[in-house]
Amino acid sequence: MNLKNKLLSSYIAFEDHLEADSPIYDLKSKAIKIFENEGFPSKKMEDWKYTSLNSLLKTDYSLSPKKDHAVEFKEVKQYFLHDIDTYKIVFVDGVYNSFLSETTHDKMDVCLLSAALSKPKYKPVIEAYFNKVAGKDSLTSLNTAFAREGAYIYIPKHREVEKPIEVINFATGNEAALMLQPRNLIIVGENAHVQIIERHQSLSENAVFTNSVTEIFAEKRAYVDYYKIQNDKANASLIDTTYISQEEQSNCRVHTFSFGGKMTRNNLNFYQRGERCDSTLKGITILEGKQHVDHNTLVNHIEPNCESHQDYKGIFGDSSTGVFNGKVVVEREAQKTDAFQQNNNILIDDKATINAKPQLEIFADDVKCSHGCTIGQLDEEALFYLRSRGIGKKEARALLMYAFANNVLESVKIPELKRRINKLIATKIGVHLGFDL
Amino acid sequence: MGKFTEDDLKKELETKEYEYGFYTDIASETFPAGLNEDIVRAISLKKEEPQWMTDWRLESFRLWKEMVEPEWANVRYEKPDFQAISYYSAPSKKPKYDSIDEVDPELLDTFNRLGISLEEQKKLAGVAVDIVMDSVSVATTFKATLAEKGIIFCSISEAIKEHPELVKKYIGSVVPQKDNFYAALNSAVFSDGSFCYIPKGVRCPMELSTYFRINQAGTGQFERTLVIADEGSYVSYLEGCTAPSRDENQLHAAVVELIALDDAEIKYSTVQNWYPGGKDGKGGVYNFVTKRGLCEKNAKISWTQVETGSAVTWKYPSCILKGDNSIGEFYSIAVTNNYQQADTGTKMIHLGKNTRSTIISKGISAGKSQNSYRGLVKISPRADNARNFSQCDSLLMGNNCGAHTFPYIEASNKSARIEHEATTSKIGEDQIFYCNQRGIDTEKAIALIVNGFSKEVLNKLPMEFAVEAQKLLEISLEGSVG
Repeated sequence: MNLKNKLLSSYIAFEDHLEADSPIYDLKSKAIKIFENEGFPSKKMEDWKYTSLNSLLKTDYSLSPKKDHAVEFKEVKQYFLHDIDTYKIVFVDGVYNSFLSETTHDKMDVCLLSAALSKPKYKPVIEAYFNKVAGKDSLTSLNTAFAREGAYIYIPKHREVEKPIEVINFATGNEAALMLQPRNLIIVGENAHVQIIERHQSLSENAVFTNSVTEIFAEKRAYVDYYKIQNDKANASLIDTTYISQEEQSNCRVHTFSFGGKMTRNNLNFYQRGERCDSTLKGITILEGKQHVDHNTLVNHIEPNCESHQDYKGIFGDSSTGVFNGKVVVEREAQKTDAFQQNNNILIDDKATINAKPQLEIFADDVKCSHGCTIGQLDEEALFYLRSRGIGKKEARALLMYAFANNVLESVKIPELKRRINKLIATKIGVHLGFDL
Repeated sequence: MGKFTEDDLKKELETKEYEYGFYTDIASETFPAGLNEDIVRAISLKKEEPQWMTDWRLESFRLWKEMVEPEWANVRYEKPDFQAISYYSAPSKKPKYDSIDEVDPELLDTFNRLGISLEEQKKLAGVAVDIVMDSVSVATTFKATLAEKGIIFCSISEAIKEHPELVKKYIGSVVPQKDNFYAALNSAVFSDGSFCYIPKGVRCPMELSTYFRINQAGTGQFERTLVIADEGSYVSYLEGCTAPSRDENQLHAAVVELIALDDAEIKYSTVQNWYPGGKDGKGGVYNFVTKRGLCEKNAKISWTQVETGSAVTWKYPSCILKGDNSIGEFYSIAVTNNYQQADTGTKMIHLGKNTRSTIISKGISAGKSQNSYRGLVKISPRADNARNFSQCDSLLMGNNCGAHTFPYIEASNKSARIEHEATTSKIGEDQIFYCNQRGIDTEKAIALIVNGFSKEVLNKLPMEFAVEAQKLLEISLEGSVG
């Protein structure tokens, strides 16, 4: 039985757990219909031209893991930002793990979506926000239909969250192959500030397929700083879809660090719904082996006087493939938009491939929009310069790669996280330079 | 004179009628509308073509029947009814002229009103004109000079009869019959076009140019051009078109194939000014063209185009850089106004080692038009040291138009160096103010700025065309500042 049919048939069983009269039930049955009609995206679709899901869909995934599995803190300590205090929402095989988590309801909510969906006191918020910015494509719909767990973060007006929030999804590998569909809802109230770190991590070599959807709402003057760390095992695949709705003068920054995993697809969608919004999308991708990472970004400038900044760097080794599909849409009303998009790539090995499609769609005349895309190699002259000063070949190359990625790294606002990513880059390129950037 | 305001300019532009909108009544022989195997056979028979050509057309027709119209382009239009089009029309008085005096005076008058006087053209240093009026070659000049060098420059139907070995070898070799919907259609029903062969080591002494016109109501025009530059040769080919004003849509689906053998160079320039439709978006020509060139070792193909006309344009002059060290270039200005839609760009397919390509595309959109650049740069795994530079700039006038960029970049070789740049901007008020301040009126200032914006491409056009193109740009754009 193929995965689509398996999902459809298991939905019938899953449906029984839902209350038939709740609005969520309606939403879910509509969503499963969309998925039923459209199925998984294929390479024939323009947005999936360079990424094939075929190899993923052949695996027989378990959709609901049997029993939640105990995970010792020391086993997973390295995946946390353990040297500073953080709020933590931890899921193990898709099930909330209270032992590893540190949630709060103190003047804000850092808790579970399942709780928010079921408790009446959250009803107004859920009705106002849940599934309101998420798209209606088949994968998002699939998530909407099946999602029962994820992070729920609600930051009220003027609240500045004092420490970062970590959202971590572990997969234990109890099952030979597991499919996870976490769903996060994040609401950042007027003038509130928050920093969030999201991570998907499998603890064994068993196959994991995660179809994650996150909705973020940034109210007026809200500040959202979001980091995605993708450094998973070689058998883990991730489709990570994020929708961000921004109100007036809000500032949202999303950094994506893609170093691991078999196949990663990032769909990052920004909708600027108020004037003077600022959006930042940055990413570093370093790949080797047969890894595949696809960055699909959309910035939709709807209102005037907004800005967006995109900067994606990629280093591709072995026979890895990278895709960058960045789309900037400037609507007719969005005058004085300043949109900038940059995508730089380095190919290290002969079999590595990069497919880039930086796209601009502009309907307003008084705008400043530009994009740049380059594909090249490490500069031979720069390498020679370093080597003539007694720096080994490996180190010289590493130094240049660090410098290449630095633009993105330096805008990471959490020092401990920056150090951590620095270390990840060092392991990935096999050289530690003995200094931090 | 009072102050010439932007509104005045806008009004003037909107009311400006298509300057070349008139219709010549020449008794022409037109096939009944519709398309089936019999029509394809009849066209072939009419052209007195050999059997292999008839078979080739029929094969194309069968392939075409299986295909569906492409919909991926960023354009919206009412699909033409392919059974309502007449696939052949030729001016019926068709003697071969030795001198210009023998040409039908009515036809000559048409050209004069277009500003193309044959006499003048003849005198213009080094330009041979092969005038195509409704698909059939009417007059050819300078043939003798070309023949001396062994250059073959004639209509494709003549070439099929007189040089079948060349045509048979190369036709469909760059754009196969089943390449796309419109290429297949063209392969089945092409009525005429130009054929050019430059022998080994010959440098064509003059610019070859052809003028195309659509002239018969309800007649699709299906041109087929084949240019072959043999080893070490050079040719510069010019193509320009204007079409009369018409309310129903006319379909133009041409195929151009260029073959540059080892060390050869082809420079192909186009000025396209088909009827763009009225200011309410009615009528206008559909221009669905497949243009592609093949470069062998050390060869070079350079496309230059100025696109100002057509209601809908769908055109991607491409280069297949097959040979090592070959070079592909694409320089384009696409101007859209009123309800025009253009989806144009190029493909650079790098297959050989040390291949280089340059893409400079300038899009200018005004009125309610949509202007898209769509391009592909592909570096195959074996194309070591391939180099590409692309630049796509868009200029927007008013906020009812759109400018879009869809560049595809696919690199699978680590030694590839690719740079892509795109910007979108408008004509700055400060720039206009600066010009006004120095006594240059707004209209002239815009022309000046647009000319500056397009300079990189205009510079690539041969002299005769550069002048014409500059004029076209001014006509198409003046007064549309937003």
